[in-house]
Amino acid sequence: MSAIDELFIRLRSENRKALMPFVTAGDPNLDFTAAVIQELVARGASMCEVGIPYSDPIADGPVIQASYTRALDHGVKLTNILQTLGNITSDNVAPRLAAPLVTMVSYAIIYRHGLEKYADQLVKQGVAGMIVPDLPLEESSQLANVCKARDLSLIQLVTPTTPRDRALKITETSSGFLYYVSVAGITGERTELPPDLVERVSWLRENTPLPVCIGFGISQPEHVRMLAPVADGLIVGSAIVRRMANAKKDPAATLREIGDYVATLVAEL
Amino acid sequence: MTTTPLPDAAGRFGDFGGRYVPETLVHALEQLAEQYEAARCDPAFQAELDDLLKNYVGRPSPLYFAKRLTEHCGGAEIWLKREDLNHTGAHKINNTVGQALLTLRMGKKRVIAETGAGQHGVATATACAHFGLECIVYMGEEDIRRQAPNVFSMKLLGAEVRPVTSGSRTLRDAVNEAMREWMSCVETTHYILGSVVGPHPFPRIVRDFQSVIGRETIEQSRLRLHSLPDVVVACVGGGSNAAGMFHPFIELDEVSLVGVEAGGRGNQPGDHASPLTYGSPGILHGSFSYVMQDEDGQTCDVHSMSAGLDYPGVGPEHSYWKSTGRVSYTSCTDDNAMQAFDALARFEGILPALESSHAVAEGMKIARKRKPDERVVVCLSGRGDKDAAEIARLKDQSL
Repeated sequence: MSAIDELFIRLRSENRKALMPFVTAGDPNLDFTAAVIQELVARGASMCEVGIPYSDPIADGPVIQASYTRALDHGVKLTNILQTLGNITSDNVAPRLAAPLVTMVSYAIIYRHGLEKYADQLVKQGVAGMIVPDLPLEESSQLANVCKARDLSLIQLVTPTTPRDRALKITETSSGFLYYVSVAGITGERTELPPDLVERVSWLRENTPLPVCIGFGISQPEHVRMLAPVADGLIVGSAIVRRMANAKKDPAATLREIGDYVATLVAEL
Repeated sequence: MTTTPLPDAAGRFGDFGGRYVPETLVHALEQLAEQYEAARCDPAFQAELDDLLKNYVGRPSPLYFAKRLTEHCGGAEIWLKREDLNHTGAHKINNTVGQALLTLRMGKKRVIAETGAGQHGVATATACAHFGLECIVYMGEEDIRRQAPNVFSMKLLGAEVRPVTSGSRTLRDAVNEAMREWMSCVETTHYILGSVVGPHPFPRIVRDFQSVIGRETIEQSRLRLHSLPDVVVACVGGGSNAAGMFHPFIELDEVSLVGVEAGGRGNQPGDHASPLTYGSPGILHGSFSYVMQDEDGQTCDVHSMSAGLDYPGVGPEHSYWKSTGRVSYTSCTDDNAMQAFDALARFEGILPALESSHAVAEGMKIARKRKPDERVVVCLSGRGDKDAAEIARLKDQSL
């Protein structure tokens, strides 16, 4: 059982929902990444998704792309990112980080490092799992076995273009939770979410014991109010990353702004 | 000898290929594979495609004996497969008319495409104008600068050209942007990918539509040369003209096949665009193939003076052919390609595309080492008019 499984067992037993912010690692630097994760958890985030910058992210909109580019331009390296995560998940840090971390990472990066080596590093640095947005079901069995052997969660995605029979197959191979992508498209804040979103998620949730979390486009308190009742958790990315663009100029103010923003979302859960 | 046809059902050529894409695209790719399979076996589809290739594209393209170039090199005979004489001036149209027909078959009315040199963009805009499809082309800002005539042509043909300002602002970024756009309109829009790259089934579809090049070359060689050529040479960026030329020759072991990558300014990272020569296997743009990556898996910047070869990846089938040894891959520098451009212009009255000039350079090099009774066929994938301004700039001359 991974730390993510434990989290959702606890949340479901308490009838609570998770807010899961996404942050880019290394934008503008890894000190800020560590600080922002600790701030987000202190403000009520149940889990953090850490985006590993990639040069060619085809599922990401302009905000996250720009953030990845900034981080890579500053020369951020995977080894240093994972060490930073290890520093904040360590038992020696007080207060201990009260939320599991997952990496959002392209398969290009995992393959280059070696599947087992990457997974071993996550275990060593106290990271609970990974979301691999460019690794669909058909290509995932090898990595799924590597994760399973280490109690790491491999979180799979279901989208509005996924036929229902395929969605059921995906639920069988996903672990930790199921990531429901709200819209057919790339990451980024949206004012309107699809009208049939609630219905689609409800159907999925009735058909799997796995927790279902919704991401892509979520940015406003109204979104949280509408979706929290039908999901186990909500993922917020671009709305946070957009605010990170100012972190280089004024890290303290950016940290506060992001913390305040996330607190307003947590209040709607 | 018969072998299992590749790719397999999972889109694999040996270890290479596959489908590494966001879940949002999987359903559309499955549909595309099914529709393509049905179309491929449908005589009506093939008849319509053949008619278009003959009467609209102008096929078959000639197999031309380059007599004065042969004399200049003083070795084997050099023959040119004249894809530059196709409508729109390159091999790209072979694929776009095929995929436009598939678009109609799938009931879609809107097309997006990426382009590097602009040849695929023009060929897509052309096919879309022919069929009345809406067309949007993504093109890197750097490529818009160096291939301005093609940008203007696309607009004249009714396409919208969207500049891509991310990353290196070249072909690789244009592919990223087209894929992103496709994510949000996949139900109504077909993505006409221009090379044998990307997720399954694109490498297969593009190879099949381009294989008319190799099939014609075999037929023309038997008629004109009374035998098969000894060597066949083609340039490789993503690798579509080479795949189309080589595929029908794969089981004809007596013919040597040579793919030529862009050697740019030299063999240091960032100075060339030769993943098969200097790269290693990895993931880019939805498939597993040779790629130029750093130790962290980040795609490297690459360089070639020719926009169509300025790409850090290569089609998975080329990686497979490299692994089996059936095709040998080499690279040709900017300078050598430019010398070949000049030679073809002066000795034959043909301005080749800068991309194709890489193949001409290698063809000349091979011809010099071979005997006069041997034959080298070079795939002249496109014409060089589009490159006039860039060549003037590179040669420090004014137009």
